[in-house]
Amino acid sequence: MWLSANESEALSLSLSVATRSVALSLPPAILLAWVLTRRRFIGRTILDALVHLPLVLPPVVVGYLLLLLFGARGPIGSWLEQAFGIELIFTRNGAALATAVMSFPLMVRAMRISLENVDRGLEDAARTLGAGALDRFATVTLPLMLPGVLAGAITAFSAALGEFGAVITFVSNIPGETRTLPLALYSALQTPGGDHAAARLAIISIALGFCGLLLSEWFARRVRRLLGR
Amino acid sequence: MLAVEAKKHLGAFTLDAKFELPTPGVVALFGRSGCGKSTLVNVIAGLLAADSGRVALDDVLLFDTAMHIDVPPERRRIGYVFQEARLFPHLDVAGNLRYAERRAGSPKFVSFDLVVELLDLEPLMNRRTHQLSGGERQRVAIGRALLSQPRLLLLDEPLASLDASRREEVLPYLEILRDQLAIPMVYVSHNFDEVLRLATFLVLMESGKTTAQGGIGEMSLNSGVRAIIGAEAVGAIVVGTVLGTDPSSGLTRVGVGRGELKVQAQTAAVGAKLRVQLLARDLIVATRAPQHLSVRNILTGVVTAVTSDEGDADLIAIDIGSTIIMARVTCAATRELKLAAGLPVWALVKAVSLRAHSFEEAPPAAARPTAPR
Repeated sequence: MWLSANESEALSLSLSVATRSVALSLPPAILLAWVLTRRRFIGRTILDALVHLPLVLPPVVVGYLLLLLFGARGPIGSWLEQAFGIELIFTRNGAALATAVMSFPLMVRAMRISLENVDRGLEDAARTLGAGALDRFATVTLPLMLPGVLAGAITAFSAALGEFGAVITFVSNIPGETRTLPLALYSALQTPGGDHAAARLAIISIALGFCGLLLSEWFARRVRRLLGR
Repeated sequence: MLAVEAKKHLGAFTLDAKFELPTPGVVALFGRSGCGKSTLVNVIAGLLAADSGRVALDDVLLFDTAMHIDVPPERRRIGYVFQEARLFPHLDVAGNLRYAERRAGSPKFVSFDLVVELLDLEPLMNRRTHQLSGGERQRVAIGRALLSQPRLLLLDEPLASLDASRREEVLPYLEILRDQLAIPMVYVSHNFDEVLRLATFLVLMESGKTTAQGGIGEMSLNSGVRAIIGAEAVGAIVVGTVLGTDPSSGLTRVGVGRGELKVQAQTAAVGAKLRVQLLARDLIVATRAPQHLSVRNILTGVVTAVTSDEGDADLIAIDIGSTIIMARVTCAATRELKLAAGLPVWALVKAVSLRAHSFEEAPPAAARPTAPR
């Protein structure tokens, strides 16, 4: 193995955090993409703006808000700990939450574009064949918007690997628990003589990103073939 | 019985429709493009809610604004064949058919195998939908709609996007469905040839309104229908019974009204019903018994009406024995022959210019789907 213990720890932690982050945000992102595309209701514009907020806020602000809400004394954080024993602060689950919030708008956007292209005539056809609302969504809408779901998941995964500000603000920089690749790189730069370690971490990040791009292209092709395009 | 009554405002367009179809039967919604045929079909399917009206199929009320009934499309059990087929691109042909089969209501009146056989779908089963030709797509769409075990089948210009030869690949299958499954159908079209071959009943639509309706024979004489199909294609459609085959000529003898026609027909089973179109422009009118002519078909009748038609011509309606036919003659001929209501005439038409289509007038009721409880 050419990676040091610290490096492989940061790498596997990054992958673990990004995976959790995507798993956490995928269901609500699909729901919100559908609601924002297909439903017309009062407050839709506000909901839309709220979803997009992390895109325009400084990540540190997002981290700070998370600290207020999900911190040990925050209203949601204290409830989660008492009711389920879930601790977010200083943990990788907390890191996953921070990255999920940051990448959420990217995910929803990709899904919406794809959903807007789904031919509603096909949903009507399913309807005349006896498919109810949930049935139609699961068997027609979701498969047809799959390219967008996939694109959203991959974008969000990549963004989660690179998230820095919100993570370090919310869950700090703890080796083995919240020190993902970008945080490790930052720490290396803060350490005297850490230039070499920083360069290695940068190379790992580049390789990871490149593999991700190739993998997403391969996935996209398979899905397109599945949909007959 | 399918009874439909619907009013709907859509911007500047107003739908105001009312018709009844005796079931089983095929009703053609006929009219120019944009006259609201598809809107009406969507109301029947439940995909579009009418502002007011009612839709009743046999004894089941599907929609009634007065009684606040609006059965959602997924529970109406109405099959819908769309103009663009709308096959699911993420499923293959078999997958599309099974999709409908899995969600079908009961009782079932067609089996999967029967649909595959009637529509000849076996060779297509494992194909992806984008690998199908236009005609094949429509056959699959029809099969998929049938497998949902519908009580009524709506077909919205299923052949409009196909060229003439592809159309011929699908039409015979629709005739088979009509004759063998006895499922009530609403067939939307602006092509009178399709209507002629498939429909038993015709509802004429003009700018959102149903303006006339009746049996196909009666409606073939309607002035509104004539205006749409054009002077060249105008002609009476008469139903006759096969009397036998003329051994010397090989032509089929068909009893029509009081008289008899010799036509070229595919089927010649004695007693079979044939629908014959007598184009008005092909008919010759004589006021004395004609002799020494090559014409095979001479019908005697009485003029019932003379109406002026476009291009310096008149349409002469002739009763040939509880059946009306029409001849298109020049105004000069009308004057010279003094054609007027009440005048006995002879109508002549060449056997080669007649087109006959077989059809079952009253299909067996055994296979009919029944209303669910």
